[in-house]
Amino acid sequence: MQSSNDRPRGVGGGPESAAGHRAAPGGAHVDTASGPRQDELGHDDLRYDDPWYDALASGWGEPAGPGAPEPAVPSMRREPAVEPSRAAADVYVQVQRSAAFQEVRSRYRRFVVPAVVAFFLWYVAYVVTATTAPGLMARPVAGAVNVAMVAGLGQFLTTFLLTWAYARHARLRRDRAALELRWDTQELTRGARGGVS
Amino acid sequence: MTGDHQTLALLLFSTFVAVTLGITTWVGRRRHGSAEEFYAGGRLFSPMENGFAISGDYMSAASFLGISGLIALYGYDGMLYSVGFLVAWLVVLFLVAELVRNCGRFTLADVVAARMRERPVRIAAGTSSVTVSVLYLVAQMVGAGSLVALLLGGTSEAARTWTVIGVGALMVVYVSLGGMRATTWIQIVKAVLLLGGTLTLTALVLVRFHGDVDRLLRTAAERSGHGEAFLAPGLAYGGDWVSRFDFISLGLALVLGTAGLPHILSRFYTVPTARAARRSVVWSIGLIGGFYLMTIVLGFGAAALVGPDTVRASNAAGNTAVPLLALDLGGGAQSTGGTVLFAVVAAVAFATILAVVAGITLASSASVAHDLYASLRRRRTEPRGEVAVARVAAVGIGAVAIGLGLLARDLNVAFLVGLAFAVAASANLPVLLYSLFWRGFTTRGAVWAVYGGLVPAVVLVLLSPVVSGSPQALFPGVDFQCFPLQNPGLVSIPLGFLAGWLGTVTSPEAPDEAKHAETEVRSLTGAGAV
Repeated sequence: MQSSNDRPRGVGGGPESAAGHRAAPGGAHVDTASGPRQDELGHDDLRYDDPWYDALASGWGEPAGPGAPEPAVPSMRREPAVEPSRAAADVYVQVQRSAAFQEVRSRYRRFVVPAVVAFFLWYVAYVVTATTAPGLMARPVAGAVNVAMVAGLGQFLTTFLLTWAYARHARLRRDRAALELRWDTQELTRGARGGVS
Repeated sequence: MTGDHQTLALLLFSTFVAVTLGITTWVGRRRHGSAEEFYAGGRLFSPMENGFAISGDYMSAASFLGISGLIALYGYDGMLYSVGFLVAWLVVLFLVAELVRNCGRFTLADVVAARMRERPVRIAAGTSSVTVSVLYLVAQMVGAGSLVALLLGGTSEAARTWTVIGVGALMVVYVSLGGMRATTWIQIVKAVLLLGGTLTLTALVLVRFHGDVDRLLRTAAERSGHGEAFLAPGLAYGGDWVSRFDFISLGLALVLGTAGLPHILSRFYTVPTARAARRSVVWSIGLIGGFYLMTIVLGFGAAALVGPDTVRASNAAGNTAVPLLALDLGGGAQSTGGTVLFAVVAAVAFATILAVVAGITLASSASVAHDLYASLRRRRTEPRGEVAVARVAAVGIGAVAIGLGLLARDLNVAFLVGLAFAVAASANLPVLLYSLFWRGFTTRGAVWAVYGGLVPAVVLVLLSPVVSGSPQALFPGVDFQCFPLQNPGLVSIPLGFLAGWLGTVTSPEAPDEAKHAETEVRSLTGAGAV
């Protein structure tokens, strides 16, 4: 099995890569993908035609050196599976351990975990205050508007802001790297399946 | 309500039914009968279309009429609902939409079963999904019956019975003939109608007050008889600690339940990629947020222009606040404008119910055919066979919903929506989050997480004041109540998470690292997504 860190440079290197990528899903989807969907994917793919390296600050580009982890050892307790799917499963373990995937995952988590904690606490605080401290919420702010109104509309506002921030973060920081990983993984899976059977 | 209202409203109802049936036949003409097409509409909808469809699925008549009515009666406390309904979408956007799109095919169980032993997990997740759907469905059916009776003035038993049967029959036709593609287009049409209607009424309210929101709020507060207290929380839920905890419980269920609603989850599969799923959620957050902001204006508008006493006299729960407001905004009961606006609101409310029940029926027929039937019937079924089962399941679920809707038609079922959200939050959300994010999660943990949330939620409701021991209960004659809250979420949601953890740590089997790697890689990159 190929080491995962030399593969993507071959795949994601030049402008011709887009064509190669577009061909990938068709081959990898032996099961359910229908014709029109692949066209849609291909069309979607065209937006990613620009150079790949900006989005991937680190990861695939850096060789892991001699200490690179071996391809995963299949665990003993896994129920015996047929050979091709075992090879394909190894691909996922291999990708999961790659620096590129870990970078995508940590970017996702670094945004989502604090954001979830923040909005959840803010919402619970709002509901608890509204039900247990109506006096505080009734304090006037301006005209007929009181603290409760400000807090309620604040919930709407923070929801909109967080939605915008998440969409922007995902678009700029994750999408490109995730898409590249997707094609590489599918290519590896196809290789693993084809190699054995 | 005079005859003019009824005629015009009936005309608009019929137009909507004709248009939706037209969509169904038009879509059905080109169908191939594949599972992909029936459950996911071919996965070819654009983010904007799906965003409208998601909002159509989510904005029920309970939101349109119910929340505005609560605001008209209780002021600020009604607004707490709309906040919960909207904030819930952040959970969907951040933790669920993209990941579920990437690693599932049609249902919630697909995501979980990918990592676990398939059969027990599918049966568990399928059972809880069907439970959530049926609870939600019955609430909508009963609501449809009383709503139509209310709006058309005919409170006769026969009118309500036929409404429930008619709504049930229509939803079965939409779903079994049109599948996801027809259902999605019906949601889109409904969302546009609902948003258009709400926007018109909101604009008219604001014009009436010359754009002065401050004066709107002051007038509402004066007219309510509560003064400033009307604009602050406490009128509905501030009474005692039981009602406070009850609302906190409901608030938690709303915020965590949305991400576990089967008919919302199934919508993410109608778009081609996870990116498209994200963009459709962004669309729907915009639409739903705008909608709830407008219902707040409508609620305070109804309090200011119609007055809580008139609203309460018409319907004790406040469901007629918006129709009465429409009548007033159009120029009063005898005017043409009033008649037209009233009929439009009635027709929009009816369209809303029809579309929502169609969405839920489709999701639950998918759970029955794709999860329960396919697992209980050991042999793998052909995809085509599975779609046939799903169509039959839609008919069966329609029959069950009609039956329960008729049985429950005289009961106060307002708690059922809150209960559906509570069950979704306690049974579906823990298992979904654990399988997406927890490396050590096992099959036993998954099964325990589902039943450990589902059973307490249902049992606690049976023991709560909504079933027995209070004048408004389902069975006011008997008293076996021992759980004080109407909504079980505060207890059952933590129990669901706890049961999943407990099942996992006591599990004899070790977690499958490779399967976890596959789920994690697929969920974040979309590799191998269908």
